[in-house]
Amino acid sequence: MPSTGKSKEKALLHGREYIGVDKIDGPLIFIRNTHPVGYRELVECVDAKGAVRLGIVLETSKEMVVAQIFEGTSGLTMPDTRVRFSGEPLTISVSEEMLGRVFNGLGHPIDGGAPPRGDLEMDANGMAINPTARQYPRDFIQTGISTIDGMNTLIRGQKLPIFSGNGLPHNELAAQIARQSKIRGSDTGFAVVFAAMGVKHDVARFFTRSFEESGVLENVALFLSLADDPSIERLITPRTALTLAEYLAFERDMHVLVIMTDMTNYCESLREISTIRGEIPSRKGYPGYLYSDLAELYERSGMIKEHKGSITSLPILTMPNDDISHPIPDLSGYITEGQIVFEREMDGRGIYPPIAGLPSLSRLMKDGIGEGMTREDHPHLASQLFAAYSYVKDVRNLASVIGEEELTPLDHIYLDFGKEFEQRFVSQRKDEDRSIEQTLDIGWEVLRVLPVEELHRITEEEIEKFYGK
Amino acid sequence: MKNDRIIGQVKRVNGPVIEVMGITDAMMYELVRVSDENLIGEIIKLENETAIVQVYENTTGIAPGDPVYGAGIELSLELGPGMIGTIYDGIQRPLEEIRKISEIYIERGISVPSLNRDTKWHFIPTAKAGERITGGAILGTVQETERIKHKILVPPEERGVIESIVAEGEYTVEEPIAIIRRGEETKELTLMHRWPIRVSRPVKQRLPLDLPLITGQRVLDTLFPVAKGGTVAIPGGFGTGKTMAQQAIAKWCDADIIVYIGCGERGNEITDVLTEFPKLVDPRTGRSLMERTILIANTSNMPVSAREASIYTGITMAEYYRDQGFHVAVMADSTSRWAEALRELSGRMEEMPAEEGFPAYLPTKIAEFYERAGYMETLSDRTGSVTIIGAVSPPGGDFSEPVTQHTKRFIRCFWALDRGLANARHYPAISWLESYSEYLGEMSVWWEEQVSPAWQQDRAEIMELLHREVRLQQVVKLVGPDALPDTQRFVLDVCSLFKNSFLQQNSYDKIDMFSVPQKQVKMLHIIVTYWLRGSEAIKRGATLVKLRKMKVYQDIIKMKFTVPNDDLSHLDTIEARLERSLSQLESVYA
Repeated sequence: MPSTGKSKEKALLHGREYIGVDKIDGPLIFIRNTHPVGYRELVECVDAKGAVRLGIVLETSKEMVVAQIFEGTSGLTMPDTRVRFSGEPLTISVSEEMLGRVFNGLGHPIDGGAPPRGDLEMDANGMAINPTARQYPRDFIQTGISTIDGMNTLIRGQKLPIFSGNGLPHNELAAQIARQSKIRGSDTGFAVVFAAMGVKHDVARFFTRSFEESGVLENVALFLSLADDPSIERLITPRTALTLAEYLAFERDMHVLVIMTDMTNYCESLREISTIRGEIPSRKGYPGYLYSDLAELYERSGMIKEHKGSITSLPILTMPNDDISHPIPDLSGYITEGQIVFEREMDGRGIYPPIAGLPSLSRLMKDGIGEGMTREDHPHLASQLFAAYSYVKDVRNLASVIGEEELTPLDHIYLDFGKEFEQRFVSQRKDEDRSIEQTLDIGWEVLRVLPVEELHRITEEEIEKFYGK
Repeated sequence: MKNDRIIGQVKRVNGPVIEVMGITDAMMYELVRVSDENLIGEIIKLENETAIVQVYENTTGIAPGDPVYGAGIELSLELGPGMIGTIYDGIQRPLEEIRKISEIYIERGISVPSLNRDTKWHFIPTAKAGERITGGAILGTVQETERIKHKILVPPEERGVIESIVAEGEYTVEEPIAIIRRGEETKELTLMHRWPIRVSRPVKQRLPLDLPLITGQRVLDTLFPVAKGGTVAIPGGFGTGKTMAQQAIAKWCDADIIVYIGCGERGNEITDVLTEFPKLVDPRTGRSLMERTILIANTSNMPVSAREASIYTGITMAEYYRDQGFHVAVMADSTSRWAEALRELSGRMEEMPAEEGFPAYLPTKIAEFYERAGYMETLSDRTGSVTIIGAVSPPGGDFSEPVTQHTKRFIRCFWALDRGLANARHYPAISWLESYSEYLGEMSVWWEEQVSPAWQQDRAEIMELLHREVRLQQVVKLVGPDALPDTQRFVLDVCSLFKNSFLQQNSYDKIDMFSVPQKQVKMLHIIVTYWLRGSEAIKRGATLVKLRKMKVYQDIIKMKFTVPNDDLSHLDTIEARLERSLSQLESVYA
């Protein structure tokens, strides 16, 4: 432990203010000849007009300190910029009062109100959850959306991203999930923490209005770093939001739904910083640590033993050029517990939500459905719908080559099934909230298009009880 | 640590990589502690008066000038009783113990001994005073779990004459149990010893690989078998079921001990293993699966340098149990994350990159890792094996990327996961076209002697059929299945039967989750019989519809679910009925 004399000395050093920086490059500032500055320390940077901007130390050595400034470096001059090092990592002051408010990426209110009273100062970077402290998530969340509830079930504490594309209705779906989500048999809703990174003003307004209309706004905290805010602010926005989420979930026993949009913008800011620092890139210019960095965000969701709260996260990302093998969706898919994938072709045919049946997946589904959780027929029904729909895709490919007339009678039945499945099961209104029973019943109705011999994945009892109904 | 000396001061901090100046006597791969927060690190480069240290904890707040303490030893593990059933992080810190100190999160600078210092183990000596012993010899045994009798080994580098050895009784891992003399020097031995993670433990010699590792997964055992002591890679894009396959093997394979390394993967997957394994019962011993499992968890959000170390930690533990004469299987999920950790650290050290930013020494490191597998004669003249099953997560599911390609050079068994199969929810989604096993020749002797003489022939028959199906499917894509003659449609029919009722395996079904070799062989034989006799019948004029209408056909489809592993008689019944139905059919067209 450092002696009191030493800590006093440290405190004095941290009060020190340096006038003038040696280099400014994009959002980074470089300062020579400082006292020993800690890695990831919080930096306060005062511009010529006296406005304070925050940043953190990215690299420190005896000769030079590199810091990134979240509010951007626009307007800073080399001689007149004053820099203070706080000696502490970036912390966020959090409290329950933050629900119902709007903040910028650093957690400062931008809705005109006074800063909320802080209850706890928490490190924005978070820490790794001990895997032995985690509680394996298995509580079914009813989103009221058939393709999700029935085929890609969302579980409390899961991280399930939406892989979308430009112009697809991912915002509508996220808002619908936020409005409709509930745990069966409990009336407590979710608190929503919303982090917007580089999204347009109208998107932010869409979400605010959607929360307002459904009357849940007092349960929502919004962190907005919009398209015209400095791109560097996007790097801190999800961390600020997740810090509040951790506080609400694990200190205040609340169930929190975190919506982060758009992760693609976040990753691009990360690439920007990496390039300015001259780091060796890996794929498509993204830094080699993109995976670790995304994991730091995604892995903050979950449930903890002996704690009542939970963090369920729903990151949204737009796949550049609809390419699922692009580094951002690819690395995300390796960290998250499944993915909801949008298909442009379905959207073009007017199907909402345009969730692609086959590439979408919920890894935690298996433990959260079935008897006692949803309904006993759910696992086999979902598996059968997957198998049949997969066959439909094959038949459609075949039909596009040899023509529909050449198909066997059975294949024609499958085509009818595919149509029914997409029109009745997948497709629903943007305000339609289906219970899990309704979803499963529709599933059976659709399956009845197929002859009973085709149902390989369903037991005879289930056929008797549900198919024959 | 009290005894540590100061080896230098921090000069520069760049994420987990720090530069230390003022170095005089530091040693390569020495264990160090950084600043007064006691962060654990390891020296990975020495140059003039500076050293590069990779730190295994978050370096937030570390500043130039902070002291760096050297421990005087290389980064090593504590090897002794108490590892089985424990969950460690990448540098062998017990996570359950850490949780007692820091409830939810893994805070920094927590120092907990790897092996519990208070547990008393019942030691039964087998060596006697006066005996001359060499490294790796067995001093005695400790019953570590109900099923694992832990042998206490002399550290590999020690030898001499036993001057004294304690009587049977209860000892902690630190209490001396024997004194050995070598010339003038004497040395106290305890139940545990240390071994550096980056050095493979010595053995007497390598043995030929001729025993299969039975995984209970039909597609693997029957089509692409792996040997005990072999090396396997399981590559697959996300969502193709790598972790599911790894977990299924960890649950049901016939190794004595499983070392499961969660390297840079999801926290909840580790939690899943932690909650599920203690509840599962090993069919061979009737004991909980946790009694043979060691877990190493370095989840994706834990420090990246410890991810690099976790692979070595796991393999060193495996070698230690191998030296006691056990068959150990190492599951590394995923080696790509380990390679990426190498890349990240290499980038931070500003090394010149080779392909896709990976360092040029990546293939060397991969080779070193897989070469630590093998079937060995140990220093104490026992035999034991380490099998490595490494998952690979290629970006975009593209197998041409460097990690998959380099891994393929050093493994002999390749279980490729296929996105198309996974999308159709065909699990395990192991592609029968891309996968291969170089152990096939060695394994067929065991299968034919121990299980069934028909094995190799049946297997070859079905593989040939699967390849024929691919060509036929190309035709079907152009003209539709109706245009094919019945002889060819029968090929498609048999292949779809084989895929549905043999290759697909439901890991949640109580009966189907694993299959003993005898069951696999019989199921395979039934399907091959259906194919051979069926195509005869078709040639004579029977129709495909008639074949599929045979009542026994439905039984074949369901046999994987209906026939339990401990009573295979029903399979014989099915086979007899199949023969009878086919004979009847043939007699109609004779």
